[in-house]
Amino acid sequence: MKRRAFLSLLTGSAAAAALPVKAKAAGGEFSGHPDNMAVLTDLTKCIGCRKCETACSKVNDLPAPVKGEDRSVFAEQRRTHADIYTVVNQYNADGKSVYRKMQCMHCQEPACATACFVKAFTKNPDGSVTYDPTLCVGCRYCMVSCPFNIPAYRYDSALNPVVRKCTMCHPRLQEGKLPGCVEACPTGALVFGKRSEILAIARKRIADNPGKYVDHIYGEHEMGGTAWLTISGVDFSKVGMREDLGTKAAAEYTTGVLGALPMVVGFWPIVLGGAYFMNKRKDEIAKEEQEAAVAAAVDQERQRGEAAAKKALDKAASDAKKAQDKAVEAAKKEAREALLAEQAAAAAAEKEGE
Amino acid sequence: MPNRPLLPLRKRKVNKMAAEQKESVFKYFVRQITSLPRTPGNIATLVIFAFGALITIMRFTLGIDSVSNLDDNNPWGIWIGFDLMCGVALAAGGYTCSSACYLLGFKRYHSAVRPAITTAFLGYLFVVIALLYDVGQPWRLPYPLTVSFGTTSILFEVGLCVGIYLSVLFIEWSPVAMEWLMSIRQSEGENAVHPKVYKALVWLRPYLRRIRKIVLWMTIPLTVMGVILSTMHQSSLGSLFLIVPSKLHPLWYSAFLPVFFFVSSMAAGLSMVIFEGTLAHKALHNKMDETHLAEADGVVLGLGRACSVILAGYFMMKIMDIGMDHDWHWLFTGYGAWFCVELIGFVAVPCMLYAMGARERKTCYMRWAAALTVAGIIVNRFNVSMVAFNWQLPSVDRYFPSFLEVMLSVFIVTCIVTAYRFIAAKMPMLYELKEFKSHH
Ligand code: SF4
Ligand code: SF4
Repeated sequence: MKRRAFLSLLTGSAAAAALPVKAKAAGGEFSGHPDNMAVLTDLTKCIGCRKCETACSKVNDLPAPVKGEDRSVFAEQRRTHADIYTVVNQYNADGKSVYRKMQCMHCQEPACATACFVKAFTKNPDGSVTYDPTLCVGCRYCMVSCPFNIPAYRYDSALNPVVRKCTMCHPRLQEGKLPGCVEACPTGALVFGKRSEILAIARKRIADNPGKYVDHIYGEHEMGGTAWLTISGVDFSKVGMREDLGTKAAAEYTTGVLGALPMVVGFWPIVLGGAYFMNKRKDEIAKEEQEAAVAAAVDQERQRGEAAAKKALDKAASDAKKAQDKAVEAAKKEAREALLAEQAAAAAAEKEGE
Repeated sequence: MPNRPLLPLRKRKVNKMAAEQKESVFKYFVRQITSLPRTPGNIATLVIFAFGALITIMRFTLGIDSVSNLDDNNPWGIWIGFDLMCGVALAAGGYTCSSACYLLGFKRYHSAVRPAITTAFLGYLFVVIALLYDVGQPWRLPYPLTVSFGTTSILFEVGLCVGIYLSVLFIEWSPVAMEWLMSIRQSEGENAVHPKVYKALVWLRPYLRRIRKIVLWMTIPLTVMGVILSTMHQSSLGSLFLIVPSKLHPLWYSAFLPVFFFVSSMAAGLSMVIFEGTLAHKALHNKMDETHLAEADGVVLGLGRACSVILAGYFMMKIMDIGMDHDWHWLFTGYGAWFCVELIGFVAVPCMLYAMGARERKTCYMRWAAALTVAGIIVNRFNVSMVAFNWQLPSVDRYFPSFLEVMLSVFIVTCIVTAYRFIAAKMPMLYELKEFKSHH
């Protein structure tokens, strides 16, 4: 029984948790707003002037970039931080310097939004992914889940720490303005427009310049697609962009599990309830059997008791008889001896008398 | 805990005051605490509490980065990897023991249920307390259930289940406290209960009696709820990492993470019951009644046998998972070696020890196996949440906890141990009070 019970626990859980694997495909119904906007970064045009960084800090009221626009910052790889929404890094690829601007990718189905348990992130119709600091609890699961390592956190604030990241200048877009970085870019490395049109531009650039570009638009499908697209003259992995992210949106990895939960809720009460009542019944049967056994034992005991008593009585009787006989015997013997002694005495007296 | 005082005992104040009602209730409690014997254990506890107070102040005045090494690449450190992940897994003894006893009919585990429920309750309570330090704005913790529902998030489910389960555990555990409160009798002299406190206790008694009856009557539904909620959030702690296939090392990343987490939590919980029973046996032998002592060895053997089955299943599943994901080649890397250490040293070895202990009826094997399994759970949760997480980042960007971060976890564990010691010393956890003897 014991082993079976634990095995049933095991298989039960396995069944419940195996379901998500099948249900997984039920994920991405939502893949962005059809007409959302997008930005194209053309790495072949970027000269690493970092004017976008300056513009970003200005429009977002952030501290000016460290060391201004000095190129010495390229000595190390930087990432986004609470006060830096975008950074340009230098890479040495195929013997030449390539610069890549890094910022939130504004995923079509953002991992951060899927992960947030208070829905602090919104994928807006304009394509931007924005964050509501008044809802955020600060669990930082969004940061854990972002495949591009973008969101940053105000760890230095004791009472109002918040997540910080690029907004694609959502407030400016609503005023009909361009994102700060796009507006500031002197070389046209950044292009803003409808995502469908941006994709067309990117495709055209690749087609019109054979050999100049890698034939891939980064972000068209990565992680379910992003609203920030990149084309490059060198392999993306050489400029720090991961090529192993896959095309599944983040939500597709988790919806299956969430879908299986009702099964767990329904499954356990049935199994455990069954186990409970079976055990209860078993206990009852055991109890009845035990009671019967006890009754039988008592009965037997009584019979045996009676027999023993009888035997004891008999034995006592016979013992008594034996004792009596012995006493009689002893008395007889004594008497005989006494008689003999008397006779002997008499005989001796007679002899003396002669 | 040896009772030999380290420092000379403070001269106890002659106390007639309590009886004369001149001492305030507050002072009464202060006196109770300050008159505790100064054993090494108590003094160490005090020092750790002082650290706890310091960290609390720093965290809520200077911010998280004043006490931790968390950063933008590593948003989760040991407060999540240890306090939450391991805390919840090791508290799984609560649902495994109570369901074995009440639902699956292993009545002989009855004496193990109360300590297991107590550990589980304290474990979850302090998981939540640790979260108050870790999350940025803890006062907003109810938001997911009140203000904005992020139902697409695995964390939403974890939070929901942990919250409800903590309440369930509190209810399941409450008879221990209620029986204690009802059994307090007035005594004379220094140990006298403060008259006001005593009056309140007497007033409470009939209510407690009634509530206790209701709680006991709810045992079965509460146990079933415990299993449902535990299945959900134990596995969900693994599901949390389903969303990061690109950040978690392929040896640990698996679509079956939720199954692994759930199955290993059962082994962890049962091992924790054995492990903690061993410690309690050494320290609190005098607090155990005959039933507990008589059942102890049988409980250890039974739980251990169950553990060996669970661990064997877990081991097989892990191997099959490697095969399914075609991860064999990873085994020949540094991470692969570490993965093998985890899987062989902390799963296969304790599994075998448990099996041997069960065959030869040797509880000492079981106890070693339990300690190894508990350590193994910690290793596994550390691996998933920290060691194998962000494995592709250069080493300068990797995470290592700061001293104060570790101290906070030590503080949390000390709180649990202290609360456990208090409960074991005062409340009917390892024994049954005559007036409340259950008929089983
Ligand atoms: S890049 Fe990261 S932060 Fe930006 S939308 Fe995507 S998941 Fe969210
Ligand atoms: S840190 Fe804030 S925004 Fe990020 S997932 Fe948690 S609650 Fe949501």
